[in-house]
Amino acid sequence: MITQVKKQNLYEELFQKSFSQSTQPAWLKDLRLKAFEYFSQNGFPTPEDEEWKYTNTAPITREQFSLSVEKKPSTQLENLIYKETQRSYLVFFNGQFIRELSNLEAASNIEIFSFSEALKTNNEILEEKLTKQVQYQRNGFTALNTAFIENGLFLHIPENQKVSVPIQILFVSTENVIATPRILILVAKGAEATLIESYLRSEQARYFTNAVIEISLEDRATLKHHRIQRESHNAFHITTTDVEIGEESIYDSTNITLGAKWSRHEISAKFTKEKAEVFVDGLYLTSGEQFADTHSVIDHLHPNCKSRQNYKGIVDGKSRVVFNGKIFVREGAKGTDAHQSNKNLLLSSNARIDTKPQLEIFNDDVQCSHGATVGQLEEEEIFYLMSRGLPASLAKNLLTYGFAEEIINKIELESVKATLDEALLNRLSVRL
Amino acid sequence: MTKALEILANREYKYGFVTQIETETIPKGLNEETIKLISKKKDEPEWMLEFRLKAYRQWLKMKEPRWGNFEYPKIDFQDITYYAAPKKKPKKNSLEEVDPELLRTFEKLGIPLSEQKMLANVAVDAVFDSVSVATTFKEKLKKIGVIFMPISEAIREYPDLVREYLGSVVPINDNFYAALNSAVFSDGSFVYVPKGVRCPMELSTYFRINTQESGQFERTLIIAEEGAYVAYNEGCTAPQFDTNQLHAAVVELIALDNAEIKYSTVQNWYAGDENGVGGIYNFVTKRGACRGKNSKISWTQVETGSAITWKYPSVILQGDNSIGEFYSVALTNNKQVADTGTKMIHIGKNTRSTIVSKGIAAGYSNNSYRGLVKILPKAENARNYTQCDSMLIGDKCRANTFPYIEVMNNTAKVEHEATTSRISEEQLFYLQQRGIKQEDAVSLIINGFCKEVFRELPMEYAVEAQKLLGLKLEGSVG
Repeated sequence: MITQVKKQNLYEELFQKSFSQSTQPAWLKDLRLKAFEYFSQNGFPTPEDEEWKYTNTAPITREQFSLSVEKKPSTQLENLIYKETQRSYLVFFNGQFIRELSNLEAASNIEIFSFSEALKTNNEILEEKLTKQVQYQRNGFTALNTAFIENGLFLHIPENQKVSVPIQILFVSTENVIATPRILILVAKGAEATLIESYLRSEQARYFTNAVIEISLEDRATLKHHRIQRESHNAFHITTTDVEIGEESIYDSTNITLGAKWSRHEISAKFTKEKAEVFVDGLYLTSGEQFADTHSVIDHLHPNCKSRQNYKGIVDGKSRVVFNGKIFVREGAKGTDAHQSNKNLLLSSNARIDTKPQLEIFNDDVQCSHGATVGQLEEEEIFYLMSRGLPASLAKNLLTYGFAEEIINKIELESVKATLDEALLNRLSVRL
Repeated sequence: MTKALEILANREYKYGFVTQIETETIPKGLNEETIKLISKKKDEPEWMLEFRLKAYRQWLKMKEPRWGNFEYPKIDFQDITYYAAPKKKPKKNSLEEVDPELLRTFEKLGIPLSEQKMLANVAVDAVFDSVSVATTFKEKLKKIGVIFMPISEAIREYPDLVREYLGSVVPINDNFYAALNSAVFSDGSFVYVPKGVRCPMELSTYFRINTQESGQFERTLIIAEEGAYVAYNEGCTAPQFDTNQLHAAVVELIALDNAEIKYSTVQNWYAGDENGVGGIYNFVTKRGACRGKNSKISWTQVETGSAITWKYPSVILQGDNSIGEFYSVALTNNKQVADTGTKMIHIGKNTRSTIVSKGIAAGYSNNSYRGLVKILPKAENARNYTQCDSMLIGDKCRANTFPYIEVMNNTAKVEHEATTSRISEEQLFYLQQRGIKQEDAVSLIINGFCKEVFRELPMEYAVEAQKLLGLKLEGSVG
């Protein structure tokens, strides 16, 4: 109890510091204040909450963090920018959007605003989204993020714009910092874009990323969204991604989890109109004492939408993995086609997996299924490769590689794929 | 027999009659005095009273669980009668001695004891409102050492056996309703199959809730010693009342080395009317422990009744190479709720479990599968296969799947599959153009959907269950 009080006092100090300097409009100040009050009262969620049954937040509660004092990273960022995005990247440093470090030469048809700019030009959209899409009351983490909203990013892909280059959003943080990036993405009617959200490691730093990403797709829009989480192995990470999908739109996301000591990704996709499609796929590769949690929710509120979730995991060392995938099919969502799959390879006797795929269906005109497996490589497949002359260890590695490649292959950007392949192979060679 | 089935299967609950047998009840309400009174009335030894009181004190500290995927009104536990027994307590050796009114009740239910004795070779320990009144085949079973009797008698006659095992699988503080049951249980069955004995007949108990507003707290304990085998069937019916009736039973199974227990249930209690008024709350704790090597426990259930069915027959796979099975059909219609499934806890090496669950939801009903497969660190080479399919009939019902899978051993193989579908137009059309009536076609499709579960049931039960489903769904399609 005593430590709990202490921690909240710590955030209190940080909050007052950040809040007192704010020149934001009244509605945002009010929102931040309410969010902080909520956090003060509720703290981080506990395993008593069904959504956090397998997720222990105590490791974060125990840690102390501070706000960033530096405005620019001391190290060079160049080698963290992918080849395909050399002229189309946006940088978050310690949770704040830094325009001066960003480069959008190759994607001039998109509009970006820092929150301080957007509050002048797009105040209404900002208010609408920040108060209604991911509400601070969702949990202690979203409340904390909302309480610390400063310089977020509003990314707007205007009507019918096809962005030919992928856009990378790079997040880097330094030792001891709590980073609370907030991003709003609006893909207008008929627009198309590819986004790479990348949290890249800064050596062995210990910090806490608590991001909230709100995405809206209007009608006939397409967004390909790749999320690469390669935080430092001492870092704590949570991202809440919330997606609203309009008519005949496609949201296709691939979520790779490699880093962080403790991480959670909450992704929820909601159909706001008919005939849209959602793909939410992911791969988590854990080892050592990592903890990685994925919570995905697909909400079918309207007829004739399609969703696919395909998550795979390779779990090694003493690591722990949690997966919870939900499909809701609401009354009236006729012609729903929803499938979910979660497959896990458990490689070590000290690792642990808790998976909970869920279906909640309120309608009979549906095609829904889910499957979950936890196991090892198929003996027969290993035997087949060995009968072709491969040594057992190589056969196993090849099969493990193939298992993960299904997800990695979804990312069509060569340099991103190459770095992931490398990480995967590194992980495998340890086992040779 | 067919006529009896028709009655049993009827969608409009036909058993809404109250048998005019004098019933002895105690005042409503629950406190330590009530428990002492129950214990005294049942002439129980001191340790049994202690067991009850301990459970009661635990229960007082517990909170009514609310995590189920449904709402139900607050239950006033002081407004329940905790003991009801027919005043004339018959101890009879032949059916002639049994109250003729009671025999007529069974007749109406299609359970003619006299016929069944010969036809089905089933020993029926009929629990009529908590107290057993007729036990058949007792002698035959006794000869080979099988004890099959009301648990209240077993407490007096075999206190050491009961004391050793009672509460060993479902501890008194396991959950709110199990604690309540441990404190106030009225009666139930006790089965003990000695070492190496294969029980020559299927044991069967028909439960019947009678006295209005009397909560039913059955307690069943089945022990299969080394190498023993027993199959136990349980079937339920209840009269139509307008007040909700709580049923909080506890069933404990214990299988030692090489033993096998097969437990089958067909549940067709009053489900309430079309608006969900009345109907039984069926909050049951059923759990089996595969304590010995190579032991096996198999649960099969067909749940078609009750306003709310809330139960998870589970198996704790302690012994190496032990096997747990769960086969379930849960059908809900109108405003019924079913939140059911199983828990398979793998502790021993090479343990295997199979879960096959079929949920059928019609009307405005809410049908959930909730299950846990847990592989503990020492459970080398554990294996689980789970399949849970849901079928929805109509667009106002709900089907949910909540599987929990926890794996802590890397030699384990766990597979879970779930699908949701409906009866397709094509299937119906195909059968109808072959001259099969729509209702029969639906029944045929449903039975096909449930086939894997039905084949685990004893034959008479399977026939009964098939009929039951067809009639329960009458008028739901089309």
